[in-house]
Amino acid sequence: MTALIYVLAFIGGFVIMSLELLGGRLLAPYFGNSIYVWGSIITVFMLSLSFGYLLGGRASLSHPSIRRFAIIFLAGACCMLPLVYFAEDIMNWVFSFLDDPRYGSLLAAALLFVVPTVVLGMISPYSVRLLVRTTEESGNVAGRLYFVSTLGSALGTLGTSFYFVLWLEMNTILILLGGLLILFGALAWLAPRDA
Amino acid sequence: MRSLLLAVTLLLLPLAVWGEIIHRERSLYQTILIDRRGAELCLQFSIRRDQRNQSCINKRNPKKMVFSYTRMMMASLLLNPQPRRILVVGLGGGTLPTALAALLPEAIVHVVEIDAAVVRVAEEYFGFAQSEVLKVFTQDARVFTKRAGSRGETYDLIMLDAYNGDYIPEHLMTREYLEETRALLAHGGVLAANTFAVSRLYDHESATYASVFGEFFNLRLNKSANRVILAATRALPQLATMRTRAARLARPLSAYGVDIQDYPSSMSRDADWDRNARVLTDQYAPANLLNRD
Repeated sequence: MTALIYVLAFIGGFVIMSLELLGGRLLAPYFGNSIYVWGSIITVFMLSLSFGYLLGGRASLSHPSIRRFAIIFLAGACCMLPLVYFAEDIMNWVFSFLDDPRYGSLLAAALLFVVPTVVLGMISPYSVRLLVRTTEESGNVAGRLYFVSTLGSALGTLGTSFYFVLWLEMNTILILLGGLLILFGALAWLAPRDA
Repeated sequence: MRSLLLAVTLLLLPLAVWGEIIHRERSLYQTILIDRRGAELCLQFSIRRDQRNQSCINKRNPKKMVFSYTRMMMASLLLNPQPRRILVVGLGGGTLPTALAALLPEAIVHVVEIDAAVVRVAEEYFGFAQSEVLKVFTQDARVFTKRAGSRGETYDLIMLDAYNGDYIPEHLMTREYLEETRALLAHGGVLAANTFAVSRLYDHESATYASVFGEFFNLRLNKSANRVILAATRALPQLATMRTRAARLARPLSAYGVDIQDYPSSMSRDADWDRNARVLTDQYAPANLLNRD
């Protein structure tokens, strides 16, 4: 069980950074590839994660369970997968009334990524709650969780930028990321609850 | 006597290669270096010097185009000798837009350049000057193209020269971008693109252009690392037509060192690429990863 939660934290980190990198590619046809496009994306992801942490912490206060944890993953997938269908329309819409590509990319990035990233941001604090048993070990557990989730982020970044974009279409990668969240969410849902 | 001169030149060549860097700056997008070798001034985007990543002028003869690919881009005039509205994507030292504005005094030339520092350097060192009819827009070419398209603007000639060799803006090498660019072309409009001829990207890029324009001309001179793609919204002209046009253009273009009469016979319609190569799209655009070898 403990191992599964670490694996889930890893997957969370992996998906977040892979999504962030795809974000730059998604916005480029409408807002270019300039530094401010990346600025918009990173801002939106950081802000969303920060609120996701708050929300995840709050959610862990009442009846924390692995099943509720699983719901975060399934919800993350549900918020992310619509990007495959609606991203173009949303960007077209923003492009049609916002001339400045800085604020255009900021607004588009916000509309596309705030919801899934807030949800995915809930994973980290929630997994701390599920794993910590005693005050003494809390720092150690949090340290390990940061380690696996940031390691996941690093590999998500590397895998996406070096290989996935060379092998697959962007929508395929998005669907696979969503599938990964669903798969591991389902594993968590079905995991034995005796621990 | 001539061979002696040649021998001396060849002996002195290595000396000339060691230029002097007279300006260096880091812009928002790249490192800009200006390097002087005798009368030749070059704008480079990388320490490594090769034809692909620079734009040069000869101060003693500033009209003369130093690189073959720049000269080859002028072959677009064989497809449409009198463009009225011209768009050049990628400024570099400004060689192409300056030449076009001078050769076609009735034309309007628009340039899109993402990097304001390149515009500054072109004006300061390369004698580039904006005017009523020659105007630079400092913005991303993809954004410019989309906006110009929604305003309903059109151009008779569009030149794509935005790839500096070390780095290709991947959102400018997709089917969707070429479709947006094609939509900017007026009836009978022509697209000229300076592209890659050596890596695996050649197949993918060719397949992408073919998916948007159908048949196009490939202009390559004796296995150079560059090839120029010439495509049109109408049927491509016959060889005889191009020869006639070349004969008329030969005089005005000779000042630029462009032997335009050599080009028609080097323009091929053969699809000499791997037909199974995957088309680059906004969904699949790993141009830089495909350009490694």
